[in-house]
Amino acid sequence: MLVRLTVNGAAYERDVEPRLLLSDFLRQDLGLTGTHVGCEHGVCGACTILFDDEPVRSCIMLAVQADGHDLRTVEGLSSDGTALNPLQAAFREMHALQCGFCTPGFLMTLTAFLRDHPHPTGLEIRDALSANLCRCTGYQHIVEAVTRVCRD
Amino acid sequence: MSVETNDGAPAPPFTGTPAGSKATPYVNSRVQRNEDARLLTGRARFVDDVHLPGMLHVAFVRSDYAHGRLLSVDAAAARERAGVVAVYTSEDLGAYSKPAPLLVPPPPIAGLVFHACTHLPLATGKVRHVGEPIAMIVAESRYIAEDAVRDVVVDIEPLDAVVDLEAALGPEAPRVHEHLASNAAAHVVQRKGDYEAARSRADVVITRRFLYDRGASAAIENRAVVAQWDTQAEELTIWDTTQAPIPIRNGLATMLGLPESQVRVVAPFVGGGFGPKIMMFYPEELLVPWAAMQLGRPVKWTEDRQENFYATTQERGQVHEAEMALTKEGLILGVSDTFLFDTGAYDPYGLTIPINTQCTLLGPYDIPNYHTEFTAVFTNKTIVTPVRGAGRQHGVFVSERLLDIAARQMGIDRVEIRKRNLLGPDRFPHNHEIMFQDSAPLVYDSGNYLPTLEQAAEIIGYEQFVRDEQPRLRAEGKHVGVGIACYVEGTGIGPYEGARVTVEPSGRVRVATGVGTQGQGHYTVFAQIVADVLAVEVTNVQVITGDTREFQWGTGTFASRGAVVAGSACHAAALAVREKALALAARLLEVEPAALDIEGGRVFVRGAADRGFTLGDLAGKANPLRGAVKPGTKPGLEATEYFGPDRGSTANGVHAILVEVDPETAMVEIKRYVVVHDCGTIINPMLVEGQIHGGVAHGIGNAFYEQLIYDEQGQLLNASFMDYLLPTATDVPPIETAHRETPSPYNVMGLKGVGEAGCIPTGAVFAQAVEDALGDPRFEIREIPISPNTLFNLITEARRV
Repeated sequence: MLVRLTVNGAAYERDVEPRLLLSDFLRQDLGLTGTHVGCEHGVCGACTILFDDEPVRSCIMLAVQADGHDLRTVEGLSSDGTALNPLQAAFREMHALQCGFCTPGFLMTLTAFLRDHPHPTGLEIRDALSANLCRCTGYQHIVEAVTRVCRD
Repeated sequence: MSVETNDGAPAPPFTGTPAGSKATPYVNSRVQRNEDARLLTGRARFVDDVHLPGMLHVAFVRSDYAHGRLLSVDAAAARERAGVVAVYTSEDLGAYSKPAPLLVPPPPIAGLVFHACTHLPLATGKVRHVGEPIAMIVAESRYIAEDAVRDVVVDIEPLDAVVDLEAALGPEAPRVHEHLASNAAAHVVQRKGDYEAARSRADVVITRRFLYDRGASAAIENRAVVAQWDTQAEELTIWDTTQAPIPIRNGLATMLGLPESQVRVVAPFVGGGFGPKIMMFYPEELLVPWAAMQLGRPVKWTEDRQENFYATTQERGQVHEAEMALTKEGLILGVSDTFLFDTGAYDPYGLTIPINTQCTLLGPYDIPNYHTEFTAVFTNKTIVTPVRGAGRQHGVFVSERLLDIAARQMGIDRVEIRKRNLLGPDRFPHNHEIMFQDSAPLVYDSGNYLPTLEQAAEIIGYEQFVRDEQPRLRAEGKHVGVGIACYVEGTGIGPYEGARVTVEPSGRVRVATGVGTQGQGHYTVFAQIVADVLAVEVTNVQVITGDTREFQWGTGTFASRGAVVAGSACHAAALAVREKALALAARLLEVEPAALDIEGGRVFVRGAADRGFTLGDLAGKANPLRGAVKPGTKPGLEATEYFGPDRGSTANGVHAILVEVDPETAMVEIKRYVVVHDCGTIINPMLVEGQIHGGVAHGIGNAFYEQLIYDEQGQLLNASFMDYLLPTATDVPPIETAHRETPSPYNVMGLKGVGEAGCIPTGAVFAQAVEDALGDPRFEIREIPISPNTLFNLITEARRV
């Protein structure tokens, strides 16, 4: 099936199998390997992307469902793909990542959350983060990074 | 931050910078990580990101049964499916089907019995755990490979499964390995002093049975292997999510009959290790490179989460019968502990875990008499290898619980009974007279335990809580409790690691070392060490780990050893480069090396900053196109050094916790969590805190949420993240940390490891606090995990008594 969509502002057109997962499509067909796959059943959140600006789990969606939609992945967070945006910079400053595998999912979840909640309480931050799993950090430095980016 | 030596006198902290340098040291400061930019922008390469032209994809046919005879495997239909390139069963492997090597032979302990039963690449004759690979499908896509899995007809005659550890040793139990007389995989006794004699003169003997159950390591990245055989270069390249790329390279070269120089193993960014990514060799690690050579095309396998629950190694099942003999003053006369250790279906990792348990039980205490004995037991469950903590938490759980129960029985305060038994600062080095996992006697190098305990008690407000707060809250009907537990952790073991430090003509410094990295921050901490010695910017130091083409000597990242062992090697190599730079500059400037300073990436005559060279200039001059490199010298500003400690260094710490329990729902809320720890010289406090936080979160998971539940047929009932609960951000409380630094005398920088510390005493401190909160003398916690369900049952039972 033909899929036309935009990812990080660029237009793509690809012919895909109907059963192809959106996460596999992004990673393999488009080469956007920053989106990671941790559980393939929608729990861990590593594969979170923005789908028409809303966070979704790309591992439990099909590529064909993205036809005609606007997607954003971790590669599209900063202006040139290498500089850090304020959220990314806060993650670095507060040591909010260790192995970094779950990090793209956290960044995408938080990008939507902070847009809707620019001044969250600590509890709201933890509640938002509880959608994503991290095994390395114990979450504390992630909470501090979010607090930091909201303060600046 | 306080810095103390064994005698309590302040010692100058290790600055990382050799005398005479003026640069601000990076060691011991909160340096931001060099690797983060790549990870935060999605540019970091993980194994599953490797995508090669013509690459094939693998799926495995795995056993649905925990135990059974493998009667036949019919793969004909799978082979005919369009897009399937090859299907391999055990028969198709021919001579390549050999038992995997024994990774860690047992240490030389008198009377030790050990039966090595390692796995084959693909099951042959019998299946011994659910998820054991039976056939390998290689296809044009993973989707087709998984379609073909369902084409394979596997005929298994089911046998009764060995699941329960104690039943496994009964005379009627089915045997996992039928050539053995029983399911006992090993039996080990270690003794210190004379426990029976100590017991006979004890005022109090506490005897209890303790259980600890299995959990998953649950790195968010599953395992993956990609292999490419380059026929022109005759080189096999393997990208592997391993913690130990060099041993993987060496083993695969041997097994595939290739010279080591023709095999390159790359462990790029690895998404969390926690132990199981150093189980050598997984069947998939053996098969993917072999298939790439057979087929002449690149081959990739990436584990999915369900496979991870069956096929990636697990840990923690132990049953202890333990007792502690004490005087009426609460002094420990001796401990006796006899336990069973679940090793799963095979035992390729030897006895590291139960020996860790034996050693870690001793904790920071003076235990003059000790009898410790274990039987390792084969079961029809996934293979057991170390998971963060690696048996240490069991030892801590047993000794800390026995102390708690003794304290309660004798009416002694819990902190007080610990204080009375701590080893004093004048007792180091302290020989415990038993053998540690590294085949060296267990000797504590240094430590200062009392101030650590006092600081933790003070931060959590122990005295005030027990005296005022708890009675007041209890009067309000709240069930609040405090817990405080100590641990000593063997870290930083040998055999050795190495590092090569190179100054390039651009002035950039490259550091190559052999350990793999899974998020610990090696790209930064090794850079900090080298940057201090060479007086350059930390961002100017590029660290390369986990690529055998860059560095081919070493073992791997495990046992909280990366910073200690590889960090010490980086330090030694950087010092050698510094000496080389100074000697060369001295010759060119016609001054003594002692007259030179090194700062800001330049070597210059002290007091005459314009007379000198940049390190980059010197690197160029050290590698001339004409002229001579003098006999006895080596070209380039480069040096390779190794570090191999005789034995590990011992870190220690104390965890303290405040909890509130709702006895009706059995939910536990952690109000505060305090960690005071001592890992010797700290390279980067921010990263150390990160290690502690993650460890505590893992420990909280083990204590409360995480349990792999096997039924009586050996079926894992909760093999998904929907059913196996990892702690989330709302489950892990803010963790308050304090650092103490008692340097290790076993390495120049005074380093001790910290990677596992956070999760070691968590079960013990959690159990103590919950017990305290319920404040019912009929109620004791003797098992981990203590899920709300288990806790509810215990509360109900206690009330019935």
